[in-house]
Amino acid sequence: MKKIFCDITKCVGCKGCEIACAVEHSKAKGLSAALKERPLPKRRVKVSSSDKKILSIHCQHCADAPCILACMSGALSKEKESGKTVHDKDRCVGCWMCIMACPFGAIVRNIEDHIAVKCDLCPDREDFACVRACPTGALFVGTEEEFKKILKKKTHV
Amino acid sequence: MKEESKRSIDKASQQMIDKAAKEKVKLSWDRLEDMEPQCGFGQLGICCRNCTMGPCRIDPFGEGPQKAVCGADVDTIVARNLLRHIAVGAAAHSDHGRDVAHTLLLASEGKAHDYEIKDVEKLKKIAGYYEIKTDGKKKEELAREVAEASLADFGRQEGEIKFANRAPAKRVELWRKLGIMPRGIDREIVECLHRTHMGVDNDYKNILLHGLRTSLGDGWGGSMIATELQDIFFATPEPIRGKVNLGVLKEDLVNIVVHGHEPILSEMAVKASQDPELLEMAKKSGAKGINLVGMCCTANEILMRHGVPVAGNFLQQELAIMTGAVEVMMVDVQCIMPALKDIASCFHTQIITTSPKAKFPGVTHIEFKEEKAYEVAKSIIKMAVDNFKKRKKERVDIPKEEMDLVAGFSAEVIHHILGGRFRATYRPLNDAIISGRLRGVAGVVGCNNPHVKHDWAHLELVKELIRSDVLVLQTGCSAIACAKAGLMKPEAGFKYAGYGLREICEAVGIPPVLHLGSCVDNSRILIAATEIIKEGGLGDDLSCLPAAGAAPEWMSEKAITIGMYFVASGVFTVFNPPQPILGSKNVSDLVCSKLKDLVGGYFAFESNPKKMAKLMINHIDKKRKELNLKPVMYKPIIVKT
Repeated sequence: MKKIFCDITKCVGCKGCEIACAVEHSKAKGLSAALKERPLPKRRVKVSSSDKKILSIHCQHCADAPCILACMSGALSKEKESGKTVHDKDRCVGCWMCIMACPFGAIVRNIEDHIAVKCDLCPDREDFACVRACPTGALFVGTEEEFKKILKKKTHV
Repeated sequence: MKEESKRSIDKASQQMIDKAAKEKVKLSWDRLEDMEPQCGFGQLGICCRNCTMGPCRIDPFGEGPQKAVCGADVDTIVARNLLRHIAVGAAAHSDHGRDVAHTLLLASEGKAHDYEIKDVEKLKKIAGYYEIKTDGKKKEELAREVAEASLADFGRQEGEIKFANRAPAKRVELWRKLGIMPRGIDREIVECLHRTHMGVDNDYKNILLHGLRTSLGDGWGGSMIATELQDIFFATPEPIRGKVNLGVLKEDLVNIVVHGHEPILSEMAVKASQDPELLEMAKKSGAKGINLVGMCCTANEILMRHGVPVAGNFLQQELAIMTGAVEVMMVDVQCIMPALKDIASCFHTQIITTSPKAKFPGVTHIEFKEEKAYEVAKSIIKMAVDNFKKRKKERVDIPKEEMDLVAGFSAEVIHHILGGRFRATYRPLNDAIISGRLRGVAGVVGCNNPHVKHDWAHLELVKELIRSDVLVLQTGCSAIACAKAGLMKPEAGFKYAGYGLREICEAVGIPPVLHLGSCVDNSRILIAATEIIKEGGLGDDLSCLPAAGAAPEWMSEKAITIGMYFVASGVFTVFNPPQPILGSKNVSDLVCSKLKDLVGGYFAFESNPKKMAKLMINHIDKKRKELNLKPVMYKPIIVKT
């Protein structure tokens, strides 16, 4: 399946992906109007840094997803055909066990609604808002094999 | 390693950082952690928000856009952003100068009757630079003419700023040749804004040259006017003892911290803190007296002239409130963290803003008026006395650390210290450099920045320099950092200074590190360097001197402007962190190397203080060689820690 990867040699930590993600998950789908919405739209991407390396963290839609195992209400599940890890906000009880279990730290809290939110691969559009917004091309969408090819090319150069 | 010792090397600060962590109060270091990762576009200077075809950002990795919507390339964008920083820095310092000149004018007209002209000798000297005849004139009359002449330099449209002509003749010639002799202080700043408007100046070199001109209008204009006119008002500093660090706050006294930059009001606050009526009130409310202390450059101003204790430097402003023992923090302009309001709300501390230019929402504002300066100062001190009763004893923790220092080294007083009252001269200093007893002179200045361990870079760099026989001149928060570590005690020479510098310190009775004042007083360093050239034997231009500058923990736009006017005056200057220009190779090359061929001075960016010192010493040694000076007498000493 296609998912979103981050090339840490290219991420400069501008947080453009965070802004784009929040805007995409707003009602208005525009920056200035989105900022007026209450509650404010929530981003599902997080730019983090460790040891001076910066990266944008996204749900990796793990084959054997720990978050699904941890979810007691059945809000998290695997979509069989696509392989996506999906989250049903109506079933979520906000126990945060998925946040504890996720090895990537890719799930965030929506405090107002007391539910977990995660990357849903932009259901309302063809492409992906964060990848589109990334000014350095650090974010990449494709299969794991395609991403590995890119990395290989890099190490050869 | 514990968290607090990663943030500051200062024991008193560590104690307060620890207290803040326990009480869950957020400090600048915590906010920096929350802010990370910080935007790479901003750090590289490659984002342009000057028009709404943008914002535009150049992809530093070369795959994305390389031109803004208007077609500006990365060099233009980086240079324009830098020019705007320079304009802001120059504006801040120069506006300070303007306020002083304005107060002098009011005082000379008898409208600001709380102020008197204390230094008539300096008034006459300054009148001389403005070509104003002094004989037979009353001091008020002369002060009015000097105030008017300096105010005219702000609004000057043509010609040259008067003080810029105080530089050595060769330097002035060079500035004229390059077309960077500042015409008017305000004019250059306004022109920066014009040039960086959409579609005006696109040549990065041309942009930067104007940056140099604007910075000269600050260093040899606005800042110099601030320093000189303050001396006229409040007297030219002379060596004076003082105390520094959070330990100057006292448990049994009403503590008032004056924080910011301009001494116009804080001078009055110093006076008001000794008002018998207020002292009586303080005693009635259970305090033993009133304790006025300074923070940042306001502290430096009143330390230099009155020996008022210094509570700390930039990153200690939040920590002073964390002691729980501050009744009032009175602030004016520049470097006042918006966070103060939040931290003060955790204690009984009242923040009081005084400048119409600098207010906080929800904070008490008592506007300063020159016409009733003492009255305003007194009312603020009275608020502090009243607030003493609200102090919660169980929440008070004042660190013990306080250090002695000697400050007050103005360019004028160095004459007298070196040559004596009757044959004032810089000769012994020049001779010491020529003979190799001293390697050279360094100016180490600038701010604190939570990106660098608090005070660490200042101290490591200065220690490295003085052990290699380099006399260090300091201003601003850098001076406070070294004072806290005891480098400004005369005894420091015995422990930290190389043999040559030690001999000078012993003979003259000075510390190896000299405190020249606040950050507008960097103009004193320019004047001192000019005096050295005038004295003779070390070349005919500032760029010939075995000297270098550094700002090892800078953060503010003022620091960029200071760096620029030092470089434009011919001084090699090291900065840490780097200026936000690394996105453009051409601009970085110009700033860090090619400027040398134009003005003699240039920048280097280096984060390791030992390497910083090495760069400066190598430059000083190169200049010694060019001047055919004798080899340095002594090898650097090894200081046991």
